[in-house]
Amino acid sequence: MSPSTDPGRPEPDATTLAPPGDARPVSDRGDTVCVIGAGASGLTAVKNLREHGFGVDCYERETGIGGAWNWRHDRSPVYASTHLISSRPFTQFPDFPMPDDWPDYPHHSQLLSYFERYADHFDLRQHIWFGTEVIRVEPVDGDRWDVTTRSTGGYGPERISRYAAVVVANGHNWSPKLPHYEGLEEFRGEIMHASSYKDPAQLRGKRVLMVGAGNTGCDIAVEAAQQASRCWHSTRRGYWYAPKYVFGRPADQVNDSLIALRVPLRVRQWLYHWTLRLTVGDLTRFGLPRPDHRVYETHPIVNSQLVYYVGHGQITPVPDVARFHAKAVELTDGREIDPELVVFATGYLPRFEFLDPRVLGDTDGSGRPRLWLNAFAPGHPTLAVAGLVQPDSGIFPLSHWQTVLFARLLALRLRRPDRAAAFAQRVAAGVGERYSGRVKDSSRHWFEVGHADYLRAVQRAMDELEEK
Amino acid sequence: MSQQQRVRIMRGREWARPVRPARREVLSALPEVERGRPPLLFVPGFGHGAWAFAEHWLSHAAGRGFPAYALSLRGHGGSEPAPEATLRAYAHDVTQVAAGLPRQAVLVGHGAGALVVRHALARYPARAAVLVAPVLGDWATLGTALRRNPGGTLPALVGGGLRLSRRQLFSRELPDAEARRYAARLGRAGRRAQWQLLTHHDPEPAVGDPPVLVLGSPDDRVVPPATLTRAARRHGGAPLLFPGMGHDLMLDARWQEPIDAILDWLEKEHP
Repeated sequence: MSPSTDPGRPEPDATTLAPPGDARPVSDRGDTVCVIGAGASGLTAVKNLREHGFGVDCYERETGIGGAWNWRHDRSPVYASTHLISSRPFTQFPDFPMPDDWPDYPHHSQLLSYFERYADHFDLRQHIWFGTEVIRVEPVDGDRWDVTTRSTGGYGPERISRYAAVVVANGHNWSPKLPHYEGLEEFRGEIMHASSYKDPAQLRGKRVLMVGAGNTGCDIAVEAAQQASRCWHSTRRGYWYAPKYVFGRPADQVNDSLIALRVPLRVRQWLYHWTLRLTVGDLTRFGLPRPDHRVYETHPIVNSQLVYYVGHGQITPVPDVARFHAKAVELTDGREIDPELVVFATGYLPRFEFLDPRVLGDTDGSGRPRLWLNAFAPGHPTLAVAGLVQPDSGIFPLSHWQTVLFARLLALRLRRPDRAAAFAQRVAAGVGERYSGRVKDSSRHWFEVGHADYLRAVQRAMDELEEK
Repeated sequence: MSQQQRVRIMRGREWARPVRPARREVLSALPEVERGRPPLLFVPGFGHGAWAFAEHWLSHAAGRGFPAYALSLRGHGGSEPAPEATLRAYAHDVTQVAAGLPRQAVLVGHGAGALVVRHALARYPARAAVLVAPVLGDWATLGTALRRNPGGTLPALVGGGLRLSRRQLFSRELPDAEARRYAARLGRAGRRAQWQLLTHHDPEPAVGDPPVLVLGSPDDRVVPPATLTRAARRHGGAPLLFPGMGHDLMLDARWQEPIDAILDWLEKEHP
């Protein structure tokens, strides 16, 4: 932490290399690491890299920290009522606890203030270039990276800086995924993706069709039940709706008591089904479809209120949409309904618009990266993706350990190249590994991990890396 | 910290059973001008509260430009009573207060508070740590306590409260009236936490590997000099010694010498 290791802000004139045959000046940032994005994962990357002695330049396209969790940001998907769905111990950074007088499931504004405090506490803002977007990241000789940046919105000149390593932390919940429906163009009603849903006033007094049974879809369906004149909730299949509390404790803490005791998945699934049958009961009597899978095989939906409003008739469960007409929506069971507003909570797709898809192992153009530990790309030992996980708990502890592992790997590259080489082999061998029980194969579950399975894998990777 | 031990990522029990929140007393003294120095968080040992540091050290540190805070562990001083507190709950109190400070803090633990600090270091990346007359829970310390203060120590072994006598804590230089006044303010740690002094697991590695300073007195009647040396060697150094002082270096007659040594060391570590 001594100032001599701190390279400070990049100075464009310091050392400019002119690549042969190309007039673009590149400023060489030496051993500095580039972090893309100052959301939760980017912040913890900056903090952990600094802690391991690295200089860091972090680029953030917005003018504040917090990424998706900062509702002021263009790309933020949060809406006024967003609360966490994993309780505090699973959501906080492992070395920076949230205040213990906060509720079990904090509100998104509390989460933003938590990140602001994290950034101030560890003095991270001095390493962040706000209002700067990354438009290109290219590998160059010696496992180094040329990063092209410019002011957000395309103003000003482009600047190229050369870094020893790159952490990609640009988030994966900002590029909306809109499924194709027949006749959607001719539909006269209002259409909206959940990413632009901000406030329940947008639903007030309207006939609303909610499409999608993710956590967002269910949250908005509940708000529609309270605000709209009518709410249909269209889901492709039956799901398990997990309550936020069971046995008087946050449900994820109960589940982890069992994980800590090493209770096998099958037994936990059985206990879970049994608990739900005792408390919520059979959901098919409300017209909800029966789940076609066991619990923990799709991303968990944590919502205590959805079933409540279905039971009050405020939400009408309906099957998938077959096609749209000008003034009606046809469902797969042949029924027709007449919503004024259709909200698609159909999720997001990852996007790395600044990176050649092949770098992340996406060779077939599907947009799906193929990585080890959802973080490391084969053939690129100085590249890591942080936070590209969708765990059955909070993401932030996972991002924390990903970036700790990466920082230790970078440190070992200098001290013990043999260890780093062994790690690279491990990456190549383990590409595409899954860290969860069997999950439904859809783009929704590309990054699905069980937090316990995943963190155990990170623990093994760390132990192998540091073995004496 | 002993780096042989590995970082433990899976913390199932801590996630599943978070420590119950408790109201905590935090006293502070802030410098008049912010000079960019790291905040200090003083953690008192068993039986003591934040008051022990508020007496001299907080204002002295603030006078030298360091924002200084002291907390009372649950069940001590002005914090909420907690007879069933464990070492983990105490470490939780420390990380909670530390993470609530505006900047990355230096943790200063005294007596058994030093053991609490060592456990807290595994859950909070402190900028540095100072262990003052550390009671790290070894048998030598128990032996010394039994020899010097059998009446106060024996009941603790059978589940009673540990009582410290003023002759263990202070040198003869401290006026008797003051020594009595301080001794009268002493409380007791939780029964389970007291047992954990002997039965606890070794602390996990400290996050971020902060520099650690150990100091104490060769004439301490609670911590034998060999324990001091061992504690300092664990962190790759030798202890700073203040002969002639008792266990409570922050309350004894010559309280200014150790705190000045701590602040000098910090200025050198973080200029």
